[in-house]
Amino acid sequence: MLSEQARNGAGLTLAVLVALGAFLANVMLGTTEISWATLLASLAHYDPTQVAHIVLRTERFPRAVIATLVGSSLAIAGALMQTMTRNPLASPGLLGINAGAMFFVVVAVSLLPLHSPADYIWAALFGALAAALLVVALSRGPLGEFAPLRVVLAGVAVTAMFVSLSQGLLIVDQQSFESVLYWLAGSVSGRELSLVVPLLPLFGIALVLCGLLVKHANALMLGDDMAAGLGLRAGTIKLLLGLAVILLAGSSVALAGMIGFIGLIVPHMARSLFGVDHRWLLPASALMGASLLLLADVLSRFVMPPQEVPVGVITALIGTPWFIYLARRQQVSS
Amino acid sequence: MTSLPLSTRLAHRLNTVPLERHWTVMGLLSICLMASIGLSLSLGSFPTPPGQVVHALAAPAESDIAFIVWELRLPRILLAVLVGSALAVAGAILQGIVRNPLASPDVIGITSGAAMASVIFLALLSTQLSIGWLPLAALSGALFAALLVFLFAWKGSVSPTRMVLVGIGLSAAMGAVTTLLIVISDDSAAMTAYVWLTGSLYAAQWHDVVGMLPWLVLALPLCLGHARHLDTLALGDAVAQGLGVNLLRSRLLLLACSVALAGAAVAFAGGLSFVGLMAPHMAAKLVGRQFARLAPASALIGALIVLYADLLGRVAFLPRDLPAGIFVSGIGAPCFVYLLYRTRHRRD
Repeated sequence: MLSEQARNGAGLTLAVLVALGAFLANVMLGTTEISWATLLASLAHYDPTQVAHIVLRTERFPRAVIATLVGSSLAIAGALMQTMTRNPLASPGLLGINAGAMFFVVVAVSLLPLHSPADYIWAALFGALAAALLVVALSRGPLGEFAPLRVVLAGVAVTAMFVSLSQGLLIVDQQSFESVLYWLAGSVSGRELSLVVPLLPLFGIALVLCGLLVKHANALMLGDDMAAGLGLRAGTIKLLLGLAVILLAGSSVALAGMIGFIGLIVPHMARSLFGVDHRWLLPASALMGASLLLLADVLSRFVMPPQEVPVGVITALIGTPWFIYLARRQQVSS
Repeated sequence: MTSLPLSTRLAHRLNTVPLERHWTVMGLLSICLMASIGLSLSLGSFPTPPGQVVHALAAPAESDIAFIVWELRLPRILLAVLVGSALAVAGAILQGIVRNPLASPDVIGITSGAAMASVIFLALLSTQLSIGWLPLAALSGALFAALLVFLFAWKGSVSPTRMVLVGIGLSAAMGAVTTLLIVISDDSAAMTAYVWLTGSLYAAQWHDVVGMLPWLVLALPLCLGHARHLDTLALGDAVAQGLGVNLLRSRLLLLACSVALAGAAVAFAGGLSFVGLMAPHMAAKLVGRQFARLAPASALIGALIVLYADLLGRVAFLPRDLPAGIFVSGIGAPCFVYLLYRTRHRRD
């Protein structure tokens, strides 16, 4: 037992190092290359007359921080959802939660007088909640069980609904279309760090919930009865974990738009490396999710220079082969 | 249940209705479609009283009204009817093959494939090639997507579930490519592509109608010829095989019909979503799931849906002419969710 802990501990340390490396790569690589010297100089004494310093402080650094937050949140949300539904394909993107958040942001932008990204937050959270409730209502069987294919189809249906309704709104209101187009595609660039501040308490609540409920999450995987043995009803555990998922996914969409597949594939990678214990799985997912999004964001700068590709496109292209691999492995009887 | 004879089980599973009711429903739907075409012909930004429309139809002279009726409205209305029917039948076929009421060309990736190919064409090739090649691009995209789905779902055989899942995954990837192209092209091109993705019959011409018609004429008899195979597939692979159905061949052929119909519809009218899903459901409620009856009824309902969506887009927000797709999904999406809710206790 000890050896496994030691192994996982070492693995987690390595994951921290990888995430740090990815963070640095995200800060330093791009159309404006930044040397170590410049990086250290800008940290030690910031000089607003130097272009590199300005780029670092106003563009690269916020971007890397947001990518870290969004990547880890989506990955944790995905891991929790996969545990709650016992479905390897569950994730905020596939089950419509991101799309719900997006739709309500589009509503806020085009129908309500809410235009600043700070207002997106509440719309996105509300949308995430609405979509989650809808998917649960649509996919819950008579005994409270979630049949795998049904959950996925319900998610896809809800996604299709929200996406096409958003498309309709954007076509009617073309001004909003131009202002949200890039955000819709999923991107972590061009956001100010001040946007993150109101979200921090939300991320905090979600993380505390995860921290308190790791044991319950482990028990949930063995069955609802096992979870009940720890003193909380399975329904209550799922409700609280669901709240964490909505906070994490909703805030991510408010910050970065539709970024898919991180929540789907990262928990699988983390599980294959660290096992199914949530005490390891959740931190590992967070670190690997952050690394993946940070690196995908670096990649997005080099695919089509000088133009940047929305990072959501990159994650979708990386994620699809994984998804198909998982789908092929599924033993779903029809 | 298992002790009942096979034919009874089949009839039960397919929810067959009495023949008289079937013909009543079909008659009513046809009358409704004819009336709606008439209504649609006489409404628009330029007021044309029904009397004058009839006059103009009878004598396609060089009057203004005759021009409006013959050159602007009639092709658009006919295209709406054709596209609606094609999508509806494509959906009915897929739901039969996959044995899941939630399958549709949108879910399984065919629409996304066609959409991706068309946006590639609009963004990259439209400066060199004439817009007339767009339908061909869309069709090859649909075919490409269907081939990929079949290929990746292949594992000794093709399980319907795997096909749906693979289709969902591929849709996401192709959607990402589409988004990428929209983001990198300039704003006006992006809007054109976006409107196109939503589905619109704006500025439909006679040559579009002529281009769309052969696909229906080809695919409809072909899939109706395999109607019995589709019905037996509803009882499960083992029973269908026992009854002598060549599963792989039937599935491939029916899938090809569905791709041709959906691809052609997307080619001429863009990504109208939810028609392929909604119409077969409504039809099944009225005439049951026996394919030889379901397909014609779905076609009529699909035609009605697209026709009214386009009519709304044309006249409800004058002077703007909004894409029909907005109304199709505005009504279709909640409808779909309701449907999903109603069937939530069904075993998959």
